[in-house]
Amino acid sequence: MAGKTQKDAAEALAGVLFDGMTIMAGGFGLCGIPENLIAAIRETGVKNLTVVSNNCGIDGFGLGVLLESGQIKKMISSYVGENKLFEKLYLSGELELEFNPQGTLAERIRAGGAGIPAFFTKTGVGTLVAEGKEVREFDGELYVMERGLTADLAIVKAYTGDAEGNLVYRKTARNFNPMMATAGKVTIAEIEHLVPIGALDKDNIHTPGIYVDRIFVGASFEKRIERVTTRPREEKASA
Amino acid sequence: MAWTRDEMAARAASELRDGFYVNLGIGIPTLVANYIPAGMHVTLQSENGMLGMGPFPYEGEEDADLINAGKQTITELDSSSYFSSADSFAMIRGGHIALSILGGMQVSEKGDLANWMVPGKVVKGMGGAMDLVAGVKRVVVVMDHVEKSGAPKLLKACTLPLTGAGVVDLLITDLGVFEINRGKSPLKLTALAAGVTLEEIQAKTEAVFEVGL
Repeated sequence: MAGKTQKDAAEALAGVLFDGMTIMAGGFGLCGIPENLIAAIRETGVKNLTVVSNNCGIDGFGLGVLLESGQIKKMISSYVGENKLFEKLYLSGELELEFNPQGTLAERIRAGGAGIPAFFTKTGVGTLVAEGKEVREFDGELYVMERGLTADLAIVKAYTGDAEGNLVYRKTARNFNPMMATAGKVTIAEIEHLVPIGALDKDNIHTPGIYVDRIFVGASFEKRIERVTTRPREEKASA
Repeated sequence: MAWTRDEMAARAASELRDGFYVNLGIGIPTLVANYIPAGMHVTLQSENGMLGMGPFPYEGEEDADLINAGKQTITELDSSSYFSSADSFAMIRGGHIALSILGGMQVSEKGDLANWMVPGKVVKGMGGAMDLVAGVKRVVVVMDHVEKSGAPKLLKACTLPLTGAGVVDLLITDLGVFEINRGKSPLKLTALAAGVTLEEIQAKTEAVFEVGL
Protein backbone atom coordinates (compact mmCIF):
# COMPACT_ATOMS: atom_id res chain seq x y z
CA MET A 1 0.00 0.00 0.00
CA ALA A 2 1.25 3.43 -0.94
CA GLY A 3 1.97 5.64 2.06
CA LYS A 4 -0.25 8.57 3.00
CA THR A 5 2.61 10.95 3.72
CA GLN A 6 3.24 13.57 1.05
CA LYS A 7 6.07 16.04 0.53
CA ASP A 8 3.99 19.20 0.34
CA ALA A 9 0.58 20.65 -0.52
CA ALA A 10 1.11 20.47 -4.31
CA GLU A 11 2.05 16.76 -4.16
CA ALA A 12 -0.88 16.04 -1.84
CA LEU A 13 -3.32 17.65 -4.30
CA ALA A 14 -1.94 15.83 -7.37
CA GLY A 15 -4.71 14.15 -9.35
CA VAL A 16 -7.61 15.06 -7.08
CA LEU A 17 -8.68 18.48 -8.39
CA PHE A 18 -11.17 19.09 -11.21
CA ASP A 19 -13.25 22.04 -12.37
CA GLY A 20 -16.73 22.18 -10.83
CA MET A 21 -15.84 20.07 -7.80
CA THR A 22 -17.03 20.55 -4.22
CA ILE A 23 -14.37 21.20 -1.59
CA MET A 24 -14.88 21.32 2.19
CA ALA A 25 -12.35 23.52 4.00
CA GLY A 26 -11.92 23.34 7.78
CA GLY A 27 -11.54 26.32 10.07
CA PHE A 28 -13.53 28.94 11.95
CA GLY A 29 -12.58 32.42 10.80
CA LEU A 30 -8.83 32.13 10.22
CA CYS A 31 -8.44 29.68 13.12
CA GLY A 32 -7.53 26.14 12.06
CA ILE A 33 -7.62 26.74 8.30
CA PRO A 34 -5.54 24.61 5.89
CA GLU A 35 -3.61 27.63 4.66
CA ASN A 36 -0.96 25.70 2.69
CA LEU A 37 -3.60 23.73 0.76
CA ILE A 38 -5.62 26.86 0.01
CA ALA A 39 -2.52 28.56 -1.42
CA ALA A 40 -1.70 25.46 -3.50
CA ILE A 41 -5.27 25.23 -4.84
CA ARG A 42 -4.94 28.82 -6.00
CA GLU A 43 -1.76 27.91 -7.88
CA THR A 44 -3.49 25.09 -9.80
CA GLY A 45 -6.13 27.46 -11.20
CA VAL A 46 -8.92 24.89 -10.71
CA LYS A 47 -12.23 26.72 -11.08
CA ASN A 48 -16.03 26.71 -10.67
CA LEU A 49 -15.56 25.42 -7.15
CA THR A 50 -18.32 24.95 -4.64
CA VAL A 51 -16.68 25.53 -1.27
CA VAL A 52 -18.19 24.41 2.02
CA SER A 53 -16.66 26.35 4.89
CA ASN A 54 -18.08 28.17 7.90
CA ASN A 55 -16.53 31.45 6.71
CA CYS A 56 -14.70 32.58 3.60
CA GLY A 57 -11.47 33.91 5.07
CA ILE A 58 -10.76 37.63 4.94
CA ASP A 59 -9.74 39.91 2.10
CA GLY A 60 -6.31 38.62 1.02
CA PHE A 61 -5.99 35.58 3.29
CA GLY A 62 -7.49 32.15 3.74
CA LEU A 63 -10.30 31.31 1.31
CA GLY A 64 -10.41 35.04 0.46
CA VAL A 65 -7.55 34.40 -2.00
CA LEU A 66 -9.73 31.95 -4.00
CA LEU A 67 -12.45 34.60 -4.19
CA GLU A 68 -9.96 37.13 -5.52
CA SER A 69 -8.77 34.69 -8.18
CA GLY A 70 -12.37 34.01 -9.23
CA GLN A 71 -12.08 30.25 -8.62
CA ILE A 72 -15.14 29.96 -6.37
CA LYS A 73 -18.58 29.69 -7.97
CA LYS A 74 -20.58 28.99 -4.83
CA MET A 75 -20.09 29.12 -1.06
CA ILE A 76 -21.98 27.18 1.59
CA SER A 77 -21.28 29.06 4.83
CA SER A 78 -22.85 30.37 8.02
CA TYR A 79 -21.13 33.77 8.28
CA VAL A 80 -19.19 35.84 5.77
CA GLY A 81 -19.19 39.21 7.52
CA GLU A 82 -15.39 39.53 7.69
CA ASN A 83 -14.94 39.64 3.93
CA LYS A 84 -15.81 42.76 1.94
CA LEU A 85 -15.03 41.22 -1.45
CA PHE A 86 -17.44 38.40 -0.63
CA GLU A 87 -20.30 40.82 0.01
CA LYS A 88 -19.52 42.72 -3.21
CA LEU A 89 -19.36 39.57 -5.38
CA TYR A 90 -22.56 38.24 -3.85
CA LEU A 91 -24.59 41.44 -4.18
CA SER A 92 -23.45 41.82 -7.81
CA GLY A 93 -24.54 38.24 -8.58
CA GLU A 94 -21.05 36.92 -9.41
CA LEU A 95 -21.05 34.49 -6.49
CA GLU A 96 -23.71 32.04 -5.35
CA LEU A 97 -24.26 31.69 -1.65
CA GLU A 98 -26.12 29.22 0.50
CA PHE A 99 -26.38 30.26 4.15
CA ASN A 100 -26.66 27.44 6.67
CA PRO A 101 -27.01 27.99 10.41
CA GLN A 102 -23.65 27.09 11.92
CA GLY A 103 -24.91 24.12 13.90
CA THR A 104 -26.92 22.86 10.95
CA LEU A 105 -23.83 23.12 8.75
CA ALA A 106 -21.75 21.20 11.29
CA GLU A 107 -24.42 18.51 11.64
CA ARG A 108 -24.96 18.22 7.85
CA ILE A 109 -21.26 17.47 7.48
CA ARG A 110 -21.20 15.09 10.46
CA ALA A 111 -24.25 13.28 9.03
CA GLY A 112 -22.75 13.16 5.53
CA GLY A 113 -19.58 11.56 6.83
CA ALA A 114 -21.59 9.10 8.93
CA GLY A 115 -23.80 7.89 6.06
CA ILE A 116 -26.93 9.69 7.28
CA PRO A 117 -28.75 11.27 4.30
CA ALA A 118 -31.01 13.61 6.29
CA PHE A 119 -32.04 14.64 9.79
CA PHE A 120 -34.57 16.90 11.51
CA THR A 121 -33.67 19.97 13.56
CA LYS A 122 -35.55 22.77 15.31
CA THR A 123 -33.02 25.28 14.01
CA GLY A 124 -34.48 27.57 11.35
CA VAL A 125 -38.16 26.57 11.68
CA GLY A 126 -40.28 29.58 10.71
CA THR A 127 -37.38 31.31 8.90
CA LEU A 128 -36.03 31.58 5.33
CA VAL A 129 -33.82 28.58 6.09
CA ALA A 130 -36.84 26.26 6.20
CA GLU A 131 -38.33 27.43 2.90
CA GLY A 132 -38.81 24.57 0.45
CA LYS A 133 -37.86 21.96 3.04
CA GLU A 134 -40.02 19.35 4.73
CA VAL A 135 -41.24 20.44 8.17
CA ARG A 136 -42.52 17.67 10.44
CA GLU A 137 -43.97 17.58 13.94
CA PHE A 138 -42.35 15.37 16.58
CA ASP A 139 -43.71 15.31 20.14
CA GLY A 140 -45.64 18.54 19.58
CA GLU A 141 -42.72 20.54 18.16
CA LEU A 142 -41.85 21.46 14.58
CA TYR A 143 -38.59 20.39 12.97
CA VAL A 144 -37.12 21.03 9.53
CA MET A 145 -35.41 18.34 7.46
CA GLU A 146 -31.80 19.03 6.50
CA ARG A 147 -29.65 16.88 4.21
CA GLY A 148 -26.31 15.28 4.99
CA LEU A 149 -23.43 16.87 3.12
CA THR A 150 -20.37 15.31 1.51
CA ALA A 151 -17.66 16.68 -0.79
CA ASP A 152 -15.28 15.53 -3.53
CA LEU A 153 -12.41 16.75 -1.38
CA ALA A 154 -12.03 17.76 2.26
CA ILE A 155 -9.01 19.83 3.27
CA VAL A 156 -8.34 19.97 7.00
CA LYS A 157 -5.72 21.36 9.36
CA ALA A 158 -4.47 19.57 12.47
CA TYR A 159 -1.68 20.29 14.93
CA THR A 160 -0.11 16.84 15.16
CA GLY A 161 -0.41 13.74 13.03
CA ASP A 162 1.31 10.51 12.08
CA ALA A 163 1.88 8.52 8.87
CA GLU A 164 -1.32 6.52 9.51
CA GLY A 165 -3.28 9.76 9.20
CA ASN A 166 -4.22 9.93 12.89
CA LEU A 167 -4.83 13.57 13.80
CA VAL A 168 -4.85 15.70 16.94
CA TYR A 169 -6.15 19.26 16.81
CA ARG A 170 -5.16 22.09 19.13
CA LYS A 171 -7.58 24.23 21.19
CA THR A 172 -10.32 26.01 19.17
CA ALA A 173 -8.51 25.25 15.89
CA ARG A 174 -10.44 21.96 15.96
CA ASN A 175 -13.86 23.47 14.99
CA PHE A 176 -15.14 22.02 11.68
CA ASN A 177 -12.03 19.98 10.87
CA PRO A 178 -13.01 16.62 12.45
CA MET A 179 -16.41 16.43 10.70
CA MET A 180 -15.02 17.53 7.36
CA ALA A 181 -12.29 14.89 7.57
CA THR A 182 -15.06 12.25 7.58
CA ALA A 183 -17.11 13.76 4.73
CA GLY A 184 -14.62 14.03 1.86
CA LYS A 185 -14.38 11.36 -0.86
CA VAL A 186 -10.71 12.30 -0.56
CA THR A 187 -9.42 13.93 2.63
CA ILE A 188 -6.10 15.72 2.82
CA ALA A 189 -4.70 16.86 6.17
CA GLU A 190 -2.01 19.47 6.61
CA ILE A 191 -0.33 19.38 9.98
CA GLU A 192 2.22 21.37 11.93
CA HIS A 193 4.06 18.41 13.42
CA LEU A 194 4.51 14.86 12.09
CA VAL A 195 5.30 12.39 14.87
CA PRO A 196 6.40 8.74 14.61
CA ILE A 197 3.67 6.10 14.63
CA GLY A 198 3.04 5.17 18.25
CA ALA A 199 3.89 8.61 19.61
CA LEU A 200 0.29 9.84 19.77
CA ASP A 201 -1.78 8.91 22.83
CA LYS A 202 -4.17 6.31 21.38
CA ASP A 203 -6.93 7.32 23.79
CA ASN A 204 -6.76 10.92 22.61
CA ILE A 205 -6.75 10.79 18.83
CA HIS A 206 -9.41 13.20 17.51
CA THR A 207 -9.55 11.91 13.92
CA PRO A 208 -8.64 8.25 13.37
CA GLY A 209 -6.48 7.68 10.30
CA ILE A 210 -9.19 5.83 8.35
CA TYR A 211 -10.64 9.22 7.35
CA VAL A 212 -7.36 10.68 6.08
CA ASP A 213 -6.05 9.75 2.62
CA ARG A 214 -3.05 12.05 2.40
CA ILE A 215 -1.07 13.95 5.02
CA PHE A 216 1.81 16.41 4.91
CA VAL A 217 3.59 18.94 7.10
CA GLY A 218 2.77 22.50 6.01
CA ALA A 219 5.79 24.40 4.66
CA SER A 220 4.90 27.43 6.75
CA PHE A 221 2.04 28.58 8.94
CA GLU A 222 1.23 32.24 9.12
CA LYS A 223 -1.67 31.59 11.54
CA ARG A 224 -3.00 35.11 11.28
CA ILE A 225 -5.23 36.44 14.08
CA GLU A 226 -8.37 38.29 13.02
CA ARG A 227 -8.98 40.26 16.21
CA VAL A 228 -6.09 40.58 18.61
CA THR A 229 -7.78 41.41 21.91
CA THR A 230 -5.79 41.81 25.10
CA ARG A 231 -6.19 43.04 28.66
CA PRO A 232 -3.79 45.42 30.40
CA ARG A 233 -0.92 43.94 32.42
CA GLU A 234 -1.86 46.01 35.51
CA GLU A 235 -4.79 43.69 36.14
CA LYS A 236 -2.32 40.95 37.05
CA ALA A 237 -1.03 42.85 40.07
CA SER A 238 -4.48 43.86 41.31
CA ALA A 239 -6.07 40.43 40.69
CA MET B 1 -31.47 59.11 30.61
CA ALA B 2 -31.24 55.75 29.00
CA TRP B 3 -29.06 52.89 30.21
CA THR B 4 -25.49 52.74 28.87
CA ARG B 5 -24.11 49.61 27.19
CA ASP B 6 -22.52 48.61 30.49
CA GLU B 7 -25.72 49.20 32.44
CA MET B 8 -27.59 47.01 29.94
CA ALA B 9 -24.95 44.31 30.35
CA ALA B 10 -25.19 44.55 34.15
CA ARG B 11 -28.97 44.22 33.90
CA ALA B 12 -28.56 41.12 31.70
CA ALA B 13 -26.11 39.68 34.23
CA SER B 14 -28.95 39.55 36.77
CA GLU B 15 -30.30 36.65 34.65
CA LEU B 16 -27.26 34.52 35.57
CA ARG B 17 -27.56 31.80 38.21
CA ASP B 18 -24.95 29.72 40.00
CA GLY B 19 -23.96 26.67 37.96
CA PHE B 20 -25.27 28.02 34.65
CA TYR B 21 -23.67 27.19 31.30
CA VAL B 22 -24.11 30.38 29.26
CA ASN B 23 -23.50 31.51 25.70
CA LEU B 24 -22.84 35.23 25.20
CA GLY B 25 -23.18 36.82 21.75
CA ILE B 26 -21.05 39.52 20.18
CA GLY B 27 -21.29 43.18 21.30
CA ILE B 28 -23.08 44.19 24.51
CA PRO B 29 -23.70 40.52 25.46
CA THR B 30 -19.91 39.99 25.62
CA LEU B 31 -19.77 42.69 28.32
CA VAL B 32 -22.05 40.57 30.54
CA ALA B 33 -18.95 38.53 31.47
CA ASN B 34 -17.67 41.59 33.37
CA TYR B 35 -20.73 41.55 35.65
CA ILE B 36 -20.84 37.94 36.83
CA PRO B 37 -21.48 38.32 40.58
CA ALA B 38 -18.51 37.46 42.79
CA GLY B 39 -18.67 33.90 44.07
CA MET B 40 -21.12 32.77 41.37
CA HIS B 41 -19.85 29.89 39.22
CA VAL B 42 -20.86 30.48 35.60
CA THR B 43 -19.29 28.60 32.66
CA LEU B 44 -19.13 30.47 29.37
CA GLN B 45 -19.55 28.48 26.17
CA SER B 46 -18.03 29.66 22.91
CA GLU B 47 -19.85 28.00 20.02
CA ASN B 48 -16.70 27.56 17.94
CA GLY B 49 -15.81 24.77 20.36
CA MET B 50 -14.95 25.66 23.95
CA LEU B 51 -16.42 25.52 27.44
CA GLY B 52 -14.87 27.66 30.15
CA MET B 53 -13.79 30.80 28.33
CA GLY B 54 -11.18 32.79 30.20
CA PRO B 55 -10.41 36.53 29.93
CA PHE B 56 -8.53 38.19 27.08
CA PRO B 57 -4.79 37.36 27.11
CA TYR B 58 -2.04 39.73 28.16
CA GLU B 59 -0.34 41.45 25.25
CA GLY B 60 2.24 39.13 23.72
CA GLU B 61 0.44 35.99 24.97
CA GLU B 62 -2.17 35.79 22.18
CA ASP B 63 -2.60 32.29 20.69
CA ALA B 64 -3.91 32.04 17.10
CA ASP B 65 -5.42 28.64 17.99
CA LEU B 66 -7.49 30.08 20.84
CA ILE B 67 -10.29 32.44 19.84
CA ASN B 68 -13.93 33.01 20.75
CA ALA B 69 -16.94 33.07 18.43
CA GLY B 70 -16.26 36.76 17.73
CA LYS B 71 -12.77 35.75 16.50
CA GLN B 72 -11.17 37.57 19.45
CA THR B 73 -8.14 36.09 21.19
CA ILE B 74 -9.05 34.62 24.59
CA THR B 75 -7.48 32.39 27.26
CA GLU B 76 -8.38 29.04 28.79
CA LEU B 77 -9.13 28.20 32.42
CA ASP B 78 -8.05 25.11 34.35
CA SER B 79 -11.62 23.85 33.91
CA SER B 80 -11.84 24.49 30.14
CA SER B 81 -12.56 21.89 27.49
CA TYR B 82 -12.35 21.94 23.69
CA PHE B 83 -14.55 20.11 21.20
CA SER B 84 -15.68 20.13 17.57
CA SER B 85 -18.37 22.39 16.10
CA ALA B 86 -20.71 19.37 15.87
CA ASP B 87 -20.29 18.67 19.59
CA SER B 88 -20.67 22.36 20.36
CA PHE B 89 -24.00 22.61 18.59
CA ALA B 90 -25.16 19.31 20.05
CA MET B 91 -24.84 21.07 23.42
CA ILE B 92 -26.77 24.06 22.10
CA ARG B 93 -29.47 22.24 20.11
CA GLY B 94 -29.80 19.56 22.74
CA GLY B 95 -30.88 22.04 25.41
CA HIS B 96 -27.78 21.71 27.58
CA ILE B 97 -27.07 25.45 27.66
CA ALA B 98 -29.14 27.32 30.27
CA LEU B 99 -29.00 30.84 28.91
CA SER B 100 -28.21 32.62 25.64
CA ILE B 101 -27.75 36.40 25.65
CA LEU B 102 -27.56 37.91 22.18
CA GLY B 103 -28.07 41.09 20.20
CA GLY B 104 -31.01 41.94 17.97
CA MET B 105 -32.10 44.12 15.06
CA GLN B 106 -35.85 43.65 15.66
CA VAL B 107 -37.99 41.82 18.23
CA SER B 108 -41.75 41.25 17.98
CA GLU B 109 -44.38 41.02 20.70
CA LYS B 110 -44.78 37.35 19.67
CA GLY B 111 -41.17 36.68 20.65
CA ASP B 112 -39.79 36.62 17.12
CA LEU B 113 -36.19 37.74 16.66
CA ALA B 114 -34.47 39.18 13.56
CA ASN B 115 -30.74 39.75 13.80
CA TRP B 116 -28.96 38.26 10.81
CA MET B 117 -29.64 40.10 7.58
CA VAL B 118 -31.03 43.16 5.87
CA PRO B 119 -32.06 42.05 2.37
CA GLY B 120 -30.00 43.70 -0.36
CA LYS B 121 -27.85 45.53 2.18
CA VAL B 122 -26.22 43.50 4.89
CA VAL B 123 -25.19 39.98 3.93
CA LYS B 124 -23.24 38.57 6.80
CA GLY B 125 -25.03 35.38 7.79
CA MET B 126 -26.65 33.95 10.86
CA GLY B 127 -23.60 32.17 12.27
CA GLY B 128 -24.80 30.23 15.31
CA ALA B 129 -27.70 32.54 16.23
CA MET B 130 -30.48 30.38 14.73
CA ASP B 131 -29.22 27.29 16.57
CA LEU B 132 -28.89 29.21 19.84
CA VAL B 133 -32.43 30.61 19.82
CA ALA B 134 -33.85 27.23 18.76
CA GLY B 135 -32.03 25.16 21.36
CA VAL B 136 -31.09 27.16 24.45
CA LYS B 137 -33.51 27.01 27.39
CA ARG B 138 -33.76 30.77 28.02
CA VAL B 139 -33.08 33.46 25.41
CA VAL B 140 -32.39 37.06 26.41
CA VAL B 141 -32.00 39.77 23.75
CA VAL B 142 -30.08 42.97 24.49
CA MET B 143 -30.46 45.81 21.97
CA ASP B 144 -31.05 49.55 21.56
CA HIS B 145 -34.73 50.41 21.86
CA VAL B 146 -34.87 52.28 18.53
CA GLU B 147 -32.78 52.46 15.37
CA LYS B 148 -30.43 55.37 14.72
CA SER B 149 -33.22 56.82 12.56
CA GLY B 150 -35.53 56.68 15.58
CA ALA B 151 -37.62 53.86 14.09
CA PRO B 152 -38.91 51.39 16.70
CA LYS B 153 -37.31 47.94 16.94
CA LEU B 154 -39.84 46.35 19.30
CA LEU B 155 -42.62 45.68 16.81
CA LYS B 156 -45.96 43.95 16.34
CA ALA B 157 -44.22 41.82 13.71
CA CYS B 158 -40.62 41.84 12.46
CA THR B 159 -40.10 43.18 8.94
CA LEU B 160 -36.61 41.67 8.56
CA PRO B 161 -35.99 37.94 7.93
CA LEU B 162 -36.35 36.02 11.19
CA THR B 163 -33.63 34.32 13.17
CA GLY B 164 -36.30 32.43 15.09
CA ALA B 165 -40.07 32.54 15.62
CA GLY B 166 -41.41 32.72 19.19
CA VAL B 167 -37.98 32.30 20.76
CA VAL B 168 -37.33 35.39 22.94
CA ASP B 169 -37.98 35.15 26.69
CA LEU B 170 -36.73 38.56 27.83
CA LEU B 171 -35.76 41.81 26.10
CA ILE B 172 -33.42 44.38 27.65
CA THR B 173 -33.11 47.71 25.84
CA ASP B 174 -31.49 50.99 26.82
CA LEU B 175 -34.95 52.18 27.93
CA GLY B 176 -36.33 49.20 29.85
CA VAL B 177 -36.96 45.50 30.31
CA PHE B 178 -39.80 43.48 28.71
CA GLU B 179 -41.02 40.01 29.53
CA ILE B 180 -41.91 38.33 26.25
CA ASN B 181 -42.16 34.69 27.34
CA ARG B 182 -41.86 33.46 23.73
CA GLY B 183 -45.18 35.12 22.94
CA LYS B 184 -47.09 32.73 25.24
CA SER B 185 -48.31 35.62 27.41
CA PRO B 186 -48.92 39.31 26.62
CA LEU B 187 -45.79 41.46 26.28
CA LYS B 188 -45.09 43.13 29.62
CA LEU B 189 -42.84 46.06 30.58
CA THR B 190 -41.22 45.12 33.90
CA ALA B 191 -38.58 47.83 34.40
CA LEU B 192 -37.81 51.34 33.16
CA ALA B 193 -34.31 52.79 32.91
CA ALA B 194 -33.73 55.62 35.37
CA GLY B 195 -35.21 58.85 34.06
CA VAL B 196 -37.23 57.18 31.30
CA THR B 197 -40.97 57.79 31.44
CA LEU B 198 -43.75 55.42 30.47
CA GLU B 199 -44.87 57.97 27.87
CA GLU B 200 -41.40 58.01 26.26
CA ILE B 201 -41.12 54.23 26.01
CA GLN B 202 -44.69 53.95 24.69
CA ALA B 203 -43.92 56.54 22.02
CA LYS B 204 -40.83 54.61 20.93
CA THR B 205 -42.48 51.16 20.84
CA GLU B 206 -44.72 49.83 18.06
CA ALA B 207 -45.67 46.68 19.94
CA VAL B 208 -48.57 46.77 22.37
CA PHE B 209 -47.53 45.98 25.96
CA GLU B 210 -48.90 45.69 29.46
CA VAL B 211 -47.24 47.60 32.27
CA GLY B 212 -46.04 45.52 35.21
CA LEU B 213 -43.55 47.83 36.91
